[in-house]
Amino acid sequence: MLAKLGLDGHDRGIKVVARMLRDAGMEVIYLGLRQSTDSIVAAAEQEDADAIGLSMHNAGHLTLGPAMLAALDDAGLDIPVVIGGIVPEPDVAVLTRAGVAAVLGPGASAEEVVATVRRVVGRR
Amino acid sequence: MTEPLTTEHLIARSIGGDRRATGRLLSLVERGGPEADRIAELTHAGADAGRVVGITGAPGSGKSTMVAALVAAFTDAGDRPAVLAVDPSSPLTGGAILGDRVRMAAVDSTAFIRSVATRGHAGGLALSIPGAVRVLGSAGYTPIVIETVGVGQVEVDVTAAADTTVVVVTPGMGDAVQANKAGLLEVADVFVVNKADRPGADDTRRDLELMLELGHVTGQEDLGHRPPIVMTNSLDGTGIEAVRRAIIAHGDHLRSSGRLVERHRRRARLELATRAGLQFDHRVRQALDSPAMRAAIDDLAAGRLSPGSAMRVLAPLVDPTAR
Repeated sequence: MLAKLGLDGHDRGIKVVARMLRDAGMEVIYLGLRQSTDSIVAAAEQEDADAIGLSMHNAGHLTLGPAMLAALDDAGLDIPVVIGGIVPEPDVAVLTRAGVAAVLGPGASAEEVVATVRRVVGRR
Repeated sequence: MTEPLTTEHLIARSIGGDRRATGRLLSLVERGGPEADRIAELTHAGADAGRVVGITGAPGSGKSTMVAALVAAFTDAGDRPAVLAVDPSSPLTGGAILGDRVRMAAVDSTAFIRSVATRGHAGGLALSIPGAVRVLGSAGYTPIVIETVGVGQVEVDVTAAADTTVVVVTPGMGDAVQANKAGLLEVADVFVVNKADRPGADDTRRDLELMLELGHVTGQEDLGHRPPIVMTNSLDGTGIEAVRRAIIAHGDHLRSSGRLVERHRRRARLELATRAGLQFDHRVRQALDSPAMRAAIDDLAAGRLSPGSAMRVLAPLVDPTAR
């Protein structure tokens, strides 16, 4: 399940990722722009999502990433979260320590994106 | 990690209003096999109590936006609606981008919305949709709205699962001859002319009326029910309440005329035919892989055997009682 969390309106990247995953044979539920942690939790429950991908391009990742994990935890959902977009190198370790399953940068290839999703889903 | 829940536990939780349990059950039903059968066994009684509404129309006709507005109207009227939003799978990779929730963001926490990919394989939806409807019905959701792109077999399978089918058209998408060609007229119980603020909306309405007249002439129509044509604008809500009322009126007509029983019978027949067909396909494929058939296939390919003779080799392998 792919979503833009918060007010960041840059959705080109997430649409490219949706296409990469579809072309790898995955079913991608695209939630679109301006989602909240609550709306993502509600959708994840209804869709029985295997993994959640968040796209972030406005430096909100250190706030919104952990907020997403906390919301899933509160709902009792054990679903891996992958963050993609612009995440400065030092923040990657911070996010992984906080429990984000993987972080993908702007240079990630289709193979890398697909392999990452397969890996975090397989770990469940 | 919590213990994996048994099917019985999941169903009990789903009936108790646990959305996550309902979501999980829908995945199991979609996957098929013995687990899906078990779920069907435990949810089929009483699951027919709710209304099942199919909504179909061409891509871009505003179906998802209209479904969102309609679902909000049902919720306001005290109902507990659910949506099965069907989108096509890629025939090449099997993957799919399911984007209907984008247009339903306003209702995604009040209604239960589930995205469904068509998953290519023949009859797949015809099996999984009735299963999903049972799960949602037993969880107390009504109406259950099945939204699908109105092209080809998928829409026929889906409308077969619905009590009432709403066909959405828009101005400027071709005249009524096009609608007739697409086969949408035969399945419609309610017509919606969406984006009715656009030029040509009245022409579209007249075209539909004319087509309905012709149905009257050829004796195709259900005499007690003439499909109403509702003009809507999903963005400002015009006509949405009228669509809701038209759906309810059609449901009442089905009940009072005894046609609901007929539709349920047709649905049961289709579900059985699909299951039997899949089983039969499986046996045919197994037989085709047998050494005797490989030889026959080689002979057929090389022109040493006619198709009829090859069939006479195949038939007893699929069904030993056949001659």
